[in-house]
Amino acid sequence: MKLPAPPKAFRRTPRPGEKNGNGRNGRNGAPPATKPTVKDTAVEGAATAVGWLDERTGASPFLRGFLFRKVPKGTNWFYTLGSATMFAFLSQAVTGVFLAMYYEPDPTRAYESASRITNEVFLGELVRGMHKWGATVMICLIFLHMGRTFFFGAYKYPRELNWVIGVVLLVLTLAMGLTGYLLPFDQRSFWATVVAVNINASGPIVGPYLADFLRAGAEFGPTTISRFYALHMLAIPGLIIALIGAHLYLVAKLGTTAPPWLKAEKKDLFREEV
Amino acid sequence: MAEPPKFDKKSRYTEPRGVAGAFEGETMTRRGLMTGTAMAAGGVATMAFLLPGLGFALGPVVEDTIPTRWQGVGPEDDFNPQTYVPRVINLVPEVGDAGKTTIYVRTFNPDRDKVIPGQDPQPYVAISTRCAHLGCPVRYIQASQKFVCPCHGGVYGFEGQVEGGPPVRPLDRFYTRVTAGRVQIGDRFSLNSELERFKPRDPSNHLDGLWQYLYPSRPTT
Repeated sequence: MKLPAPPKAFRRTPRPGEKNGNGRNGRNGAPPATKPTVKDTAVEGAATAVGWLDERTGASPFLRGFLFRKVPKGTNWFYTLGSATMFAFLSQAVTGVFLAMYYEPDPTRAYESASRITNEVFLGELVRGMHKWGATVMICLIFLHMGRTFFFGAYKYPRELNWVIGVVLLVLTLAMGLTGYLLPFDQRSFWATVVAVNINASGPIVGPYLADFLRAGAEFGPTTISRFYALHMLAIPGLIIALIGAHLYLVAKLGTTAPPWLKAEKKDLFREEV
Repeated sequence: MAEPPKFDKKSRYTEPRGVAGAFEGETMTRRGLMTGTAMAAGGVATMAFLLPGLGFALGPVVEDTIPTRWQGVGPEDDFNPQTYVPRVINLVPEVGDAGKTTIYVRTFNPDRDKVIPGQDPQPYVAISTRCAHLGCPVRYIQASQKFVCPCHGGVYGFEGQVEGGPPVRPLDRFYTRVTAGRVQIGDRFSLNSELERFKPRDPSNHLDGLWQYLYPSRPTT
């Protein structure tokens, strides 16, 4: 298989005192024969900017390995479900940040601020709708991605740890669903969260304390909603971002699996070993 | 003339300890000491913000968050031993409507209500509408003299005892008293299936037999 050619090394303008092709100092060199066009200048400028970054970060070998890595034969659309989930998360993150600009996590103000987003804020209905339906889309995509991994056997050695990280990400996403459901603070979200917290309380010994932690006390109180908001906005997304990073690192490090219906090509393997 | 040794080589302080990179007599390398110190300092610095932060977040779990608050629900004449009268009390005044709840109140009925030895009977029976299954609000149906829950079909009899559905114990009640002819409602308490009184528990927590120890009463109530 032929890899795409790596980006060409850009040609830097020689610095003062540096030798260039004709043996003269760069700054005092002979002027170029033709005046560069605007396009040339733009391309040169972009290449210079990218080159400046690359020279200081050494990112290009990493990016080449990450973006142009080999994938097995038979890779198909099912392999895009993980990326789709990540884009669903990014969409939730972006719309969530904008919703936070108008939402007030206070038991007496939450409902009004949420309905204000829907009814008055410019495009508020769209952004809130994207966040609400995007949550469902993300859960669906996670389970489809998980199903792909399971039925293709992609959880097997050496990728077990990535399966475990994926399961933690699933649990965290469900926790996002739980904590986000309370925030509109209408009758449905209030009573659904009452029931959900009491389900937490049904665990022996630790359950009642867990419920107290979630409610910040024995009853839904003045800080319950801000507690859910902080978990929904800061704690769980932070963990999700960190674990997505680990998940992607392992995907790039270990590579993806071929679909199970593809037989290993023994002849080719043999040739490579020789 | 050979110089006398400066120190006794046999001393247990100077014999080699097998520590890599250590000079003679050293029990710990300089690098080891510096590494250990840096790790310890980092640990102390991390704990210095992590422990107070965790305590801050977990604080409500060990605090009594529901102060005793006697609330009047009307004169004694409003209530009778035969049927329940709905009243609204404020569990958490700070959160407005979300902190209010309906209770059902009737006078103690000596012919009907069980008296548990060692537990003073309350002058009024004030039943909480918080379902003992998962906390949805139950409603009293006068025609059948039953409390029913809209969420998962829990049914309770006249005394709040479970008669059907998933609830694990009778409906909670509140302490009651009469002050200057007016009925007042106090703290919540829970009951097991024998209608014996316990400190308040969350919905879904069993209270019969050994279960009461698996669902301990908490400092918050």
